[in-house]
Amino acid sequence: MARAILYDSVLCVGCRQCEETCSERWKLPYTEKIAAEEKTSAHKITAVRTHGERFSRKLCMHCIDPACASVCPVAALQKTEAGPVVYLEDRCMGCRYCMTACPFQVPTYTWSEILEPKVAKCDMCSDRLKEPTRCSEICPTEATITGDRDELIAKARERMKESPDSYYPAIYGIEEVGGTSVLILSAVPFDQIGFSKSIPKENLPQTTWAALQHIPNIVVSGSVLMGGIYWLNNRKEEVARAEGEGREGVK
Amino acid sequence: MKLTMPKITFWRVVFAVIMMSGLAATYIRVTQGLAGSSNLSDEFPWGIWIGFDILCGVGLAAGGFTLAAIVHIFNLREYKPVVRPAILTAFLGYSLVVVALMFDLGRPWRIWHPLIMWNPRSVMFEVGWCVTLYTTVLFLEFFPLVLERFKLTKAHKILKGVMPLIIIAGVILSTLHQSSLGSLYLIMKGKLHPLWYSPLMPLLFYISAIAVGLGMTIFESWHSSKAFGRQLEWPLIQKLSRMLAVVLSLYVVMRLFDVTQRHAWVYLEQPGWESKLFMLEMALFIVPALLLYREKTRQNPTGLYITVVMFLLGFVTNRLNISLTGMEASSGVTYIPKWTEVAVTFSIIAGGFAIFRLAAKNLPVFEAAEHEVPAAANGSRGELASVNATGD
Repeated sequence: MARAILYDSVLCVGCRQCEETCSERWKLPYTEKIAAEEKTSAHKITAVRTHGERFSRKLCMHCIDPACASVCPVAALQKTEAGPVVYLEDRCMGCRYCMTACPFQVPTYTWSEILEPKVAKCDMCSDRLKEPTRCSEICPTEATITGDRDELIAKARERMKESPDSYYPAIYGIEEVGGTSVLILSAVPFDQIGFSKSIPKENLPQTTWAALQHIPNIVVSGSVLMGGIYWLNNRKEEVARAEGEGREGVK
Repeated sequence: MKLTMPKITFWRVVFAVIMMSGLAATYIRVTQGLAGSSNLSDEFPWGIWIGFDILCGVGLAAGGFTLAAIVHIFNLREYKPVVRPAILTAFLGYSLVVVALMFDLGRPWRIWHPLIMWNPRSVMFEVGWCVTLYTTVLFLEFFPLVLERFKLTKAHKILKGVMPLIIIAGVILSTLHQSSLGSLYLIMKGKLHPLWYSPLMPLLFYISAIAVGLGMTIFESWHSSKAFGRQLEWPLIQKLSRMLAVVLSLYVVMRLFDVTQRHAWVYLEQPGWESKLFMLEMALFIVPALLLYREKTRQNPTGLYITVVMFLLGFVTNRLNISLTGMEASSGVTYIPKWTEVAVTFSIIAGGFAIFRLAAKNLPVFEAAEHEVPAAANGSRGELASVNATGD
């Protein structure tokens, strides 16, 4: 059973308790000023955003095949069997390719850290896999719940069926980048509550793989081709040299 | 060698100012981290240190593999006089790319991590390996000059013996990482502006790198002939410019085909910087490509020089458009580099020029010219020592 999160923005009342408990978990300060910041950052791993009367949470989407994990040159980001995408600080050299590659603009960086800057992002409470995530546990309205991805999809469909007027008829995260472990429900089209519409439906690491897979081919055929050309050209030269010593100066 | 106060010239003052500002910026980078020394943000994590120093730097150093292949693999020996300066530039270029990385990486002392912590699915992992290996290759390609300078003939001979293998490895490694710099952006589907995002990016990066390798060789020959009072290898340069015309037109045709194929021309009608900078970039490719076919341009050293510079600027515009212009809209923020970022970049360029000059003066960089084209070189200069004298 791989862990997933369902965030139902229709049920969310914007109490921000998820923010607070999350900050506690990461040992980050949580002040009124920070609560008012409506974006994630290295000191705010999840953020509740206001869109008129509606709210929406931003957190790592924990893609099934994450772009960040595929691009990391040192495998500092990894998708675990259990579901969460985790960050291994000890490997990270700080190239920030994960940040550039993430389609959801999730990973953040501790820019002001001088000696040991690092990437910061939600890890779906991978430190306690037996219990639900802290944000799910504290949520008073069941807007955020933890569970198995398939079960959560079934649950989301149930909610939409029960009150079809309250929901926009789609689940964000089923098809986005080939599927994510965080699923989102909304009353309105997702771009109206801060979720980008331009997210491709395809698996993103595949776009890179389409090019990378040719490498062995290029190495082998390239070496043979160039070795061959070199050999032929040199052979020509040797023959020319053997035929007439006088021509040496020309070539 | 006598120690004298260097004469104060305009360019020396400019150089000193740039290096001082770079030093100040380095101090800020070390003491205040990336936050104090750059305008990078969570929304815009890659700035000019990646866009210019890495993407352009690696590209502009492509002359090393292009000319090594022309001379040593395709055996076009007539181009030998320009192969050494090209390899020197490449070696310098790659070394400076590593220097730039030391500024950009959050924890630069972990730069070796990809060598032991593998992720073969990552383009960056592959680029890291290729660049490491290729810098070693360039060092080995360049090292005979040092051995020659100190008359270490035996070591020279051994190195010469394995040189074909080194050269082939160099061409393969370059092919891989020059194209992979384009592959870096394949995963940014939906993020990189559709005027630039293309599945053909790896191929386009590779072909433009070959073109820029030829272009930089012409650019360098022109400059070193001015700086060292050498005669320009003019017949060679003209031939190189014909080659450049062919490769560049191939690139332009592919590019136009690519934009058409993806139905991306419609994005030109959208307001914003993207369309303007795209037009500028295309103009800086198409105009030089056309000019290079004019007999008149190719026969006039200044005309040819200006044409090549135009193309080099086009190349830089392309790389900056992909890494900065094209990434801005999806990021939701505006990125303008901080002065410290600019100062570091300029210092690295200026440092590159200075080291090239120093190496060209003290190592037999241009000496191959005498051996190969006696007619051209004999009249203009004799011994290496005279290069030192004509230096300034």
